[in-house]
Amino acid sequence: MPAINLSKALDQSHASRIFDLAEIPLRELNRALHNLTARSNETAWEVLNPKGSHSVAVGVDQPVTIDVRGSVGYYCGGMNDGSAITVHGSAGPGVGENMMSGSITVKGDASQYAGATGRGGLLVIEGNASSRCGISMKGIDIVVHGNIGHMSAFMAQSGNLVVLGDAGDALGDSIYEARLFVRGKVESLGADCIAKEMRPEHLDLLQGLLDRAGVTGVKAAEFKRYGSARTLYNFNIDNADAY
Amino acid sequence: MTYRNPPTTPRKSATFDDYTLSEIRRAAATGIYDIRGAGAKRKLPHFDDLLFLGASISRYPLEGYRERCDTSVVLGSRHAKKPIELKIPITIAGMSFGSLSGPAKEALGRGATLSGTSTTTGDGGMTEEERGHSKTLVYQYLPSRYGMNPRDLRRADAIEIVVGQGAKPGGGGMLLGQKISDRVAEMRTLPKGIDQRSASRHPDWTGPDDLEIKILELREITDWEKPIYVKVGGARPYYDTALAVKAGADVVVVDGMQGGTAATQEVFIENVGQPTLACIRPAVQALQDLGMHRKVQLIVSGGIRNGADVAKALALGVDAVSIGTAALVALGDNDPRWEADYNEFGTTAGAYDDWHEGRDPAGITTQDPELMQRVDPIAAGRRLANYLKVMTLEAQTIARACGKNSLHNLEPEDLVALTIEAAAMAGVPLAGTNWIPGKNGF
Repeated sequence: MPAINLSKALDQSHASRIFDLAEIPLRELNRALHNLTARSNETAWEVLNPKGSHSVAVGVDQPVTIDVRGSVGYYCGGMNDGSAITVHGSAGPGVGENMMSGSITVKGDASQYAGATGRGGLLVIEGNASSRCGISMKGIDIVVHGNIGHMSAFMAQSGNLVVLGDAGDALGDSIYEARLFVRGKVESLGADCIAKEMRPEHLDLLQGLLDRAGVTGVKAAEFKRYGSARTLYNFNIDNADAY
Repeated sequence: MTYRNPPTTPRKSATFDDYTLSEIRRAAATGIYDIRGAGAKRKLPHFDDLLFLGASISRYPLEGYRERCDTSVVLGSRHAKKPIELKIPITIAGMSFGSLSGPAKEALGRGATLSGTSTTTGDGGMTEEERGHSKTLVYQYLPSRYGMNPRDLRRADAIEIVVGQGAKPGGGGMLLGQKISDRVAEMRTLPKGIDQRSASRHPDWTGPDDLEIKILELREITDWEKPIYVKVGGARPYYDTALAVKAGADVVVVDGMQGGTAATQEVFIENVGQPTLACIRPAVQALQDLGMHRKVQLIVSGGIRNGADVAKALALGVDAVSIGTAALVALGDNDPRWEADYNEFGTTAGAYDDWHEGRDPAGITTQDPELMQRVDPIAAGRRLANYLKVMTLEAQTIARACGKNSLHNLEPEDLVALTIEAAAMAGVPLAGTNWIPGKNGF
């Protein structure tokens, strides 16, 4: 195993604590993040050279900021509970999966399953998101500046998905109570997903989400709202063709 | 006096038997397939088709009440910093809160803890009842991710990634609206009273390469402390076991088609998947081929009923077994004392399987506050502990008779099969012969 130059890798002279993944194993990063307590003074973290590493900054449960300088692999920020993570690059599959609270911002694009099963917090994708964005979401708010791929918000239970661009095929298939706001074109809607009236409370909600996500120059009124028709909530054989 | 030709006895079709006819009439009347709980009810090759040889001139038995026969097992020693140590190789399988009542989950935890073994959450998250009363609790990581959160992940003793289950390999779940109480709805983030569908695939990974990355994530979140199990239904036990090992599992759980479910289509339960007996040898073979037998532990479930079943599974190379249906029966499921109630539903004690309807007279598969009062978690936990004790003593009795000072020293050589089918599946000789079908070209 190569010798690790800790004095170089753990540069304490900066305001933020820097972890260079080119020199320190991922395990050490996540261990250090998990060792944080509410009293920790190390509230700003920087991760260098992620180079597509999987599971960067997963399971963090303290309100620290984590800046990842580069692109990450699978499950970056998985189960995040309170931290504010910024990926200064693109993210692989499952970014922010099962997030509880906090925020994750991806400056580039995101691969499949972004925000899957997320329960809370805010996920912002400044580029595009691939297929199954917000799959099975359970309370998370997701804002995508670009487009999203097919089967997004599949079986989405709760939370809000905002898309400034277009949505691919079968948006919101088998959706429950999540709210979907799309500004551009929707290729097709999935089973039991319908366009819904945009009432004042929805405009307020959406404007709040746009503000939180730092979106400017876009009005809530430019979006359409989609959600569940609730016809598949209780099994009825006469609906069998919908599946 | 007129002559009458002798009549033939009325003859019913073996193909169109009474059950089949009733099902056709039911389908024709309702237009909906039949949903029920439990596992396969059809007759299948099973452990009853195997016998132990016992000791003889060439094998010495151990003294029944004098000589020790170890029953302990360690699970998760491959990668986990904190493997699980169990006193007996019989664990309680995953069953959800939602499908089962709170008192029933508590009773499972109490019984398992008294017996020095583990119990398992299910598709609905971890409840305080079972965490509080389970010394060793396995937390299931399911496609639905209902109730999944990092806090519970960290207070679990092991994590079981559920890919499938024996009753329905390739199928998701369905909890009908009548069982979605306020508490169940809140835990699952769904409106009360709607039918709750559990996905059949995980939302954020597909295939063995992704699974490896998912396991890495779960290990990172839990700081490599917890054993990670991968549970599969009895579909392709050789390849599923090999791929789970490749993906980094500490423990592989293979659930045969007799393994129960809370609610699935009857046609699915009875026609998809393989019998437990048929799954064991391929799974063991996969571990042996990879040089991982006993390094990655194998748990098998589906139709385990007594100590003989436990001993036979272990003799075939399994490290531990898991029980679900039998544990529920020990708690009081299908008890004849509720016969009048069962009759009201047009069924009888021992046959009641409409667990999804939430009207269980025994108070186990229900969310009805009045019905669930019928389960006294302390008394039911004690019954489960008694039952586990009996199974363990039975398995030890057999092991000693085979000259083994540990249940895990039982081996295929201790077994013969009563049928050609069982001989082929288990890879042991047909009784009275040295013939193992499929071996040596025959």
